[in-house]
Amino acid sequence: MKKIYIKEQYCIGCRLCEIHCQVKHSKSKKIIKAFKDEKEDIVSRVLVEEVGYNSFAIQCRHCSDAPCVEACISGAMVKNENTGVVTCDEEKCVGCWMCIMVCPYGVIKRDLPRGRVASKCDLCVDEDIPVCVKNCPNEALKFIDTSETDSKEEVEVESN
Amino acid sequence: MALKLAQSEFEIERDSQKCISCQVCVRQCSNDVHEYDSDEDIIYSDNDKCVGCHRCENLCPTGAIKIKEKEAEFKKNYNWTSSHLRNIYKQADSGGIILTGMGCDKPYPVYWDHILFNAAQVTNPSIDPLREPMEIKTFIGRKPDKLNMEISKDKNGNTKIKLKTKIPPQLELSTPIMFSAMSYGSISFNACMSLAAAASKFGTFYNTGEGGLHEDLYGFVNNTIVQVASGRFGVDKNYLNKAAAVEIKIGQGAKPGIGGHLPGEKVTRDVSRTRMIPKGTDALSPAPHHDIYSIEDLSQLIYALKEATDYKKPVGVKISAVHNVAPIASGIVRAGADFITIDGFRGGTGAAPLVIRDNVGIPIELALASVDRRLREEGIRHKVSIIVAGSIRSSSDVIKAIALGADAAYIGTAALVAMGCHLCQKCYTGKCNWGIATQDPYLTKRLNPEIGTRRLLNLLHSWSLEKKEMLGGAGINAIESLKGSREHLRGIDLSEKELAILGIKHAGEAW
Repeated sequence: MKKIYIKEQYCIGCRLCEIHCQVKHSKSKKIIKAFKDEKEDIVSRVLVEEVGYNSFAIQCRHCSDAPCVEACISGAMVKNENTGVVTCDEEKCVGCWMCIMVCPYGVIKRDLPRGRVASKCDLCVDEDIPVCVKNCPNEALKFIDTSETDSKEEVEVESN
Repeated sequence: MALKLAQSEFEIERDSQKCISCQVCVRQCSNDVHEYDSDEDIIYSDNDKCVGCHRCENLCPTGAIKIKEKEAEFKKNYNWTSSHLRNIYKQADSGGIILTGMGCDKPYPVYWDHILFNAAQVTNPSIDPLREPMEIKTFIGRKPDKLNMEISKDKNGNTKIKLKTKIPPQLELSTPIMFSAMSYGSISFNACMSLAAAASKFGTFYNTGEGGLHEDLYGFVNNTIVQVASGRFGVDKNYLNKAAAVEIKIGQGAKPGIGGHLPGEKVTRDVSRTRMIPKGTDALSPAPHHDIYSIEDLSQLIYALKEATDYKKPVGVKISAVHNVAPIASGIVRAGADFITIDGFRGGTGAAPLVIRDNVGIPIELALASVDRRLREEGIRHKVSIIVAGSIRSSSDVIKAIALGADAAYIGTAALVAMGCHLCQKCYTGKCNWGIATQDPYLTKRLNPEIGTRRLLNLLHSWSLEKKEMLGGAGINAIESLKGSREHLRGIDLSEKELAILGIKHAGEAW
């Protein structure tokens, strides 16, 4: 499957990925309107971690044996067998936060403004490229399928 | 000091209707111009600190920021311009020399913009480069005085021609453009890496500048020109042999007669290893080479370098375009150089005193024309290749330079611009927001060499296509046929003297 790979050596910590993720998951989908009217209500599903000059943007890894799916008590968290994308059905989510407890990457967040639901990266399934990847000004995020290509660069990316 | 006479050069306009307080501008400015006030959820900007690099404007996701040059900041005066006043205020404050970066920005005439190129009509057909072969490959290096052939017949009676003359070492360029000398130290590793990778992929060359060669770039040996400058940083036998050619740097267009000074802050662990100097010490390049005080001395260094490289690599000399450039060039050819690089007064730099950059040297167009003529008159033009540098801004500048007598052109500023440089001229501060002229690990990350390489390749590709179009339009199918063919050029709005120096006719004069 196509996944988002992180090239942390080129992350410049601008957080444009977070901003565009928030816009994508807002009601209006318009950047100015989203931030003026809904700023408090939208949670970014990608998170820029920063220590000193090191930074990287991390979002759900869509693990092959996703612990969050196993831990989910209500069956809200599912992994699509065809696409491999892990999503949370917010209708079913009861907000027990078990997924948050077991996530090894810490990329699931509580979305309190929209009700007690777990908020995580949905890989922008309705877009060709996830918005965080598309809007990264330094190509520090790459959306690639490592099984389809074996070029040196992709292997290098896979290792991180 | 409370009294501040100098006023800010730029004005930051922030459209509050569009600003979403996302703070991208705050995070991206290395000059701390923008500040977020969390109480009011507003970003304030300090005009005084802005250098006009446009990083924030380019990255703002809503287009809320506009950086404007401040107009009418002082009372209009054609003699005492605002730059004069600002400089005096600064110097009265500091008592120091004013430093600057990049090339001269004063309104001296740009001769490229007064030269027009020819096109074919009726009597000589033009060529469509998309359908017919068009050769823009060129060779840099000394050419033999004549070619001796051995003609023999093989046993079947077919004539065989064998070249007997030994051809001196040549650099093969797929396009007559190379990346000019920019040292690791003055620019970041990622910038060096982008230049090296692009040169290698396109089949041309990049120049290391005087800062040594980082060992991670050893792989680009076939596309590297190493420089030996007055500081001799990082020069040893290994360095010389990790390159396809060696260039002795005597001068630089932006600061003829002036040495270099890389401040200790930029001499990081890697830079110190590459330059072979202690970490954190200032890297001082003396103004002259202390072992070169004559053409004979220069000859000794040229042959020392040729010995060290087994006479397998071309050795060239880079000089800045100064008043006496033609006779100096003649001396350099006689000293044994395989190529001469002439750097015009608009050439860029990482740091130079403003007074030197803006007032010393001559335009590259005039220097090139007079050097080419002088070497032809003396019958030694073929012994050397001429590379021009110093503000080659477009493919048409390259074409005009070649018609004026150059073999190839170096691009430095244009390459940096392709990688994101906005010519804010603050390279010497080490705070380059575009990750180019800096060693700060927080900033160097901003130039992803993959993107840099791709953009440089695109630039080389598009300029090459444009050159082919221009050549085809003039009915020429090889760049070698254009070399020194000044009949293809016409001057416009130039005096008799200027035309005479350039060796071209005025527009409207037929052949």
